[in-house]
Parts: sequence; C-alpha cells; structure tokens
Amino acid sequence: MLEIKNLHVSVHGKAILDGLSLKVNPGEVAAIMGPNGSGKSTLSYVIAGKPGYEVTAGEVLLDGENLLELQADERARKGIFLAFQYPIEIPGVATMTFLKASLNAQRRGRGEADLTTPEFMRRVREASQRLKVDQEMLRRPLNVGFSGGEKKRIEILQMTLLEPRYGVLDETDSGLDIDALRIVSEGVNALRNANRGFLVITHYQRLLDHIKPDVVHVMAKGRIVASGGPELALELEKNGYRDYPAQAA
Amino acid sequence: MAAVQETVDRVRSIDVDAYKYGFVSAIESDMAPKGLNEDIVRFISAKKEEPEWLLAWRLEAYRRWLTIDEPKWARVDYPPIDFQDLYYFAAPKTAAGPKSLDEVDPELLRTYEKLGIPLVEQEILAGVERPRVAVDAVFDSVSVATTFKAELGKAGVIFCSFSEAVHNHPDLVRRYLGTVVPATDNFYATLNSAVFSDGSFVYVPPGVRCPMELSTYFRINEKNTGQFERTLIIADKGSYVSYLEGCTAPKRDENQLHAAVVELVTLDDAEIKYSTVQNWYPGDAEGRGGIYNFVTKRGDCRGARSKISWTQVETGSAITWKYPSCILRGEASRGEFYSIAISNGRQQVDSGTKMIHLGRNTTSRIISKGVSAGKSQNTYRGQVSAHRLATGARNFTNCDSLLIGSECGAHTVPYIEAKNASAVIEHEATTSKVSEDQLFYCQQRGLSPEEATALIVNGFVRDVLQQLPMEFAVEAQKLIAISLEGSVG
Repeated sequence: MLEIKNLHVSVHGKAILDGLSLKVNPGEVAAIMGPNGSGKSTLSYVIAGKPGYEVTAGEVLLDGENLLELQADERARKGIFLAFQYPIEIPGVATMTFLKASLNAQRRGRGEADLTTPEFMRRVREASQRLKVDQEMLRRPLNVGFSGGEKKRIEILQMTLLEPRYGVLDETDSGLDIDALRIVSEGVNALRNANRGFLVITHYQRLLDHIKPDVVHVMAKGRIVASGGPELALELEKNGYRDYPAQAA
Repeated sequence: MAAVQETVDRVRSIDVDAYKYGFVSAIESDMAPKGLNEDIVRFISAKKEEPEWLLAWRLEAYRRWLTIDEPKWARVDYPPIDFQDLYYFAAPKTAAGPKSLDEVDPELLRTYEKLGIPLVEQEILAGVERPRVAVDAVFDSVSVATTFKAELGKAGVIFCSFSEAVHNHPDLVRRYLGTVVPATDNFYATLNSAVFSDGSFVYVPPGVRCPMELSTYFRINEKNTGQFERTLIIADKGSYVSYLEGCTAPKRDENQLHAAVVELVTLDDAEIKYSTVQNWYPGDAEGRGGIYNFVTKRGDCRGARSKISWTQVETGSAITWKYPSCILRGEASRGEFYSIAISNGRQQVDSGTKMIHLGRNTTSRIISKGVSAGKSQNTYRGQVSAHRLATGARNFTNCDSLLIGSECGAHTVPYIEAKNASAVIEHEATTSKVSEDQLFYCQQRGLSPEEATALIVNGFVRDVLQQLPMEFAVEAQKLIAISLEGSVG
C-alpha cells in the first residue's frame, strides 16, 4: 500500500503541502483533482524524491517503509514511477539506450540479472506497438524534438517496461489531442492489475473518461478536502473548483 | 547499452585516490645521470648508436632550447619545473633487442597483463576473425616488443620504433624528421628534439591501404623520468593509415613531465587518421602528483587532396597543453579535429587545434566537446587561419562545453584569421550544465547519480565518440565514466 500521512512540505520557506493524508491500495486507481496551485505537482515530486522540497513533517510509506529516507533512484527501484508532466530532454542519448540503461539499473537494484538483448527487444517491440511508437523514434535522442504527444507516449512506454508497483501520472493529459489521449489511456489501462496502484493527477475530468478511477480526491490548500467515487469528478466538471480555494492559508 | 553499465562498474571499483593503473613495476633501468647538458644529449645519442647527423641535430636543438622561454600564455598554473632535476634517459635492462616475447622480461609482461594489454593474445588472435591491431609497445623509452611485423612487411608498410627506423631507414627519417615540427618550434618541442628517447615510425608506401590499425601503448614507468616520445608517420601518395595511441601511467608523488612530438605527413591523395585515448594519472584529489602533458602534435597535408584527421579523448594528466594541428598546404586538402576533453578534481586542460589554410580550396572541420567537473579548468583554444592564397578555404567549428557542479570553469578562446575574401569560416559554441532536472529524471528511472551523469555525458560527446575506431570507442566510454568519478555530490 502507498500511504501518505500528514505530509507538510515547503519550498523556499513557503508551505505548499499542509498536512496531506492519502492511501492508495494495490489494484486501485486514485484520481487527484484540484485547482492550479493546490500543490498537485509538488505531491508527485515529493513522492518521487525530487531534491529542493523541504519535508517539515509527515511520512510517505510504501508497504510500511518510509520512502522519504531514500534517494530518488532507490525509490524508483522499490517500484515508484512518475510520469512527468514535462518530460526532460537528454541530448545524444538514444531513447532505446535510455530504456535499456534504466531497466537494467532497476533489475540490478533488485538483484536480478540484466535482460538479454533479444528479450529486451521483444518487450520494447510489444510495448511500442501498443503505444504506436515507431522504431525510428526509439533511435532518436530521448525527448529531443518530440511532440507533446510523443513525449507522453514515451513516458507510458517507460512505465510499461519498468512495471512499477505504483504509477504516479502528473497531468499526463496536458498537451494531448483526443487520439493521443486515447492511446495513452489505453496504455495505462493495460497496466492495471490487482497488485499495481495508480495516482492520477489531473485538472480535468476528460482523462478520467478514459482511465476510470476507483476513488477521486479533491485537493486544495495543500491537503485533501473531499473524497468520493467517480461521481465526484463529474460534479467538479459541472461546478468547477469555486468551492475549493487554491492557496494554502 | 552494455558499455554504459560496464563504465559504471568500473567507476564503482575505483575512487579518486585509487587510480587503477597506479602501480610500479620492479624492472631495473639503465639511466643517465640526473640533469641536462650537452653530455647528456651525447650520452642518449651514443646509447642509441645514432649517426653523426642526428647527434648534430639534437645538439643544435639543445643549444636553441637554452635561449627560449617556457610558454606562459596557456590558462594553466603550476610550480616552476626544475629541468636539472629530471632524468632524461631510462631504458629497461634487457640484452640486445628481444627476438620474441619469450625473451621479454616476464616482469614486463606481467605489467602489461595488469594493464590489460593483451600483448601475448595479440599473436594468437591474429588468425581469429576480429579486427587486427598491431602493437608497438613502448615501455618507458625503448620499444621492447613489436608484433605483426611480417604481415605489415608484406604490404610494404614500415612500422617500427623510432630508433630502429634511424638505423634501417635513415633516408626516410632524415628526409622527414623536423619538417612538420621544426627543432626550433617551441620550448617543449625543442627540448624533445634534443633528448627524445624513442617512439614510433610509420611509412606507408604509395597506393597502399595499411591492412590493420596501428596501435601504440605508452606508459611512463621510471621514477622522475621525463618522457620524450617522438613519432613520425608518413603516408605516401594515395595511401591510407589509421593509428591508435592509448596511454596509462603508474601513480607517482612527483609531477612527471611528458613532452612528446608527433609529426604526420600526407602526400597527394593520402590520408592519416590519428586517434588518441589519453588516461595519464591526473593527480590525487588535491591535484598532487599528476602528469604534466606538454605535447606538440602537427600534421602537414603536403599533397593535393590529402587528409589528416585527429581524434582525441583526453581524460587524464594534471595539466594538458596540447593542440593537434593541420597545415593545409596541398590544394583541396582537408584537416579534421574531433576532441573530447574531460577534466575533474583539480585538472587543468588547455587544448584545441590549429587549422592553417595555405592551399586553395582547403577545408577543415573542428568538433570539440569539453566537460568540466570538480574544481577543474577546461579551456578550448583554437586557431583557424586562411592565408592570402587560400582562396575558397572553408572551416566549420563547433565547440561545446558542459559543466558539472558549480566550482569548475569552461573557457573558449578561438582565434580566427581570414586574409582573403573568399574564405568562409563558421564558428558555433555552446555552454551548458548537467541540470538538476536531467539528473532527477534519470534517477526517477532507477539510475544512480553516477550512472545518470555518465549517461548524460556520453550523450554530450556522442558525435566525437562515433569518430573513434570501435574498440577504442568502448574504452573511451569507460574512461569517461571513470574520470567523472566523484563529480556528483
């Protein structure tokens, strides 16, 4: 289980998360919705371990282990995957090279042997066909000159290969047209199973038409202010966030 | 990519103070007394049983050397070198040249084994399907083993130690020695001309494509020994040769001076590709004890349509002062310079190239990638000049710097000179940093900070790595990761 307990986070002395608590069970898709500036992206970065965020109180537990004591790469090897809202460019490093380096780094971290090249290629081919990523794109440097839709598909391709315990999707729908949104959502849905959980962070209901959540949380002022079933998302779509002011007090 | 992981494993197994190649082998040396004077020059020449003309050439260089000062324009800082406190000659004690590997000091062979040079394997592997590499191994100053000679001989290629060439091919040596880098060229080249100990000599006859890559491993082994290599490569009309040079050196407390000279000559339609991977001891974390590398490398595209290409991966040395250059004399000749210079700790690099366009329609291309980490300073210094008669000359320069951390420096100093209106010279330069965002992204995918840095840097230098012969590219990737050890906080 991924459990966040009373999390307080500040950046440059300014409080962004203010006592946030949340649980995501294995097999569950939890959506987090909220107005701009409510701290949604900060939450995703703190779970993944990005430097620069000061955790002043609280815990982030993966099956009882406090992730906050681990480096970002150690958390990744424990099974935390973050699909970035703005994926980063790595010039000169072919996407295929990056996929192999990261997959093998994780396998070694878990004491497993490197994948053989044929097995690696088989997995990449399978995943990239499903996500409509062509082989030519895998030879290009990671994210360099990729369109918004291509970047998001590559994020989901990485998640597919890395098979995380929990996938955190930060505004994965931003910058996607309808077709790309469908492809990406299908990619995520294909990964849903009884052992894997998702935290889907989004501003809009439309992503949740494609990735059906089990639970919807509303975030405002750096904490969860309402929780419910999928119907909560539809209600927000109708009424907007006017009942939930953005900034922390 | 497997090589990336391999590099990472190597990084793990080494820390800054435990330089892998820092061991000393216990072989007795036959040394000249410390210090430098005319008698020492005579001693070296006599030891090598050189002809009178070569001794005269050395002495003239020595006398000239006394009158010139050390260059001070480079962006490097080091305590004064006491040239009287160095040994200028040391040769491993063996009977007259060994006739086979069986005659080579077993201690020496063990040293090579430690270095991972498969010298013994080389001959076995000769019949195996695999790119063949002939090794002229330089141990301290005298060549002790040369392989593949027979096959090269069949093609008419001469590949031997410089001393051998002086004895067996005196006309060729005399015709070309000092014609690219004159004995009076600069302080270090002039010193080298006076006291050079040995090196490699290559002659490729007209129309011959050298059947294998030629390779030399340099290793500085004797305490306090300045290493003065002299290399001369001549590609006659329509010939081609690819030459690889790789270096490692044992750990020492004293700074070790290295002042080599490399001269390349291409005649009409000939091509020389010269690749270097330089991994000399860079000093400890405080910068103590590293190699001082003051090298003069120059190629002369003497013939029409000839080509010289320099590729270098520089990761070692406390101080690097090195500008492999091309004189583009022949009409439509071409010069290329591809460089990766990586500095970490307290290393100081001042390196670049000169492309001197003298002939009509000459072209040149410069791709330089500098990576600075730790507290190092990394300077690209390059000159591109098109002379009055070099109509239609073209140059393209791309010079990129990458910074890791906030205590290092990257500097770019291009000198561009066009003396005729038809010359076209382009210069592009960028400076960037390995960003926190890139590191976090890679770490989020499971790569350690060291693995992430190695991956990002290997991406940055990829254009140049692709210029290296395959086996060298793999070695170079390892060195890049090793040399960046400890650069991520």
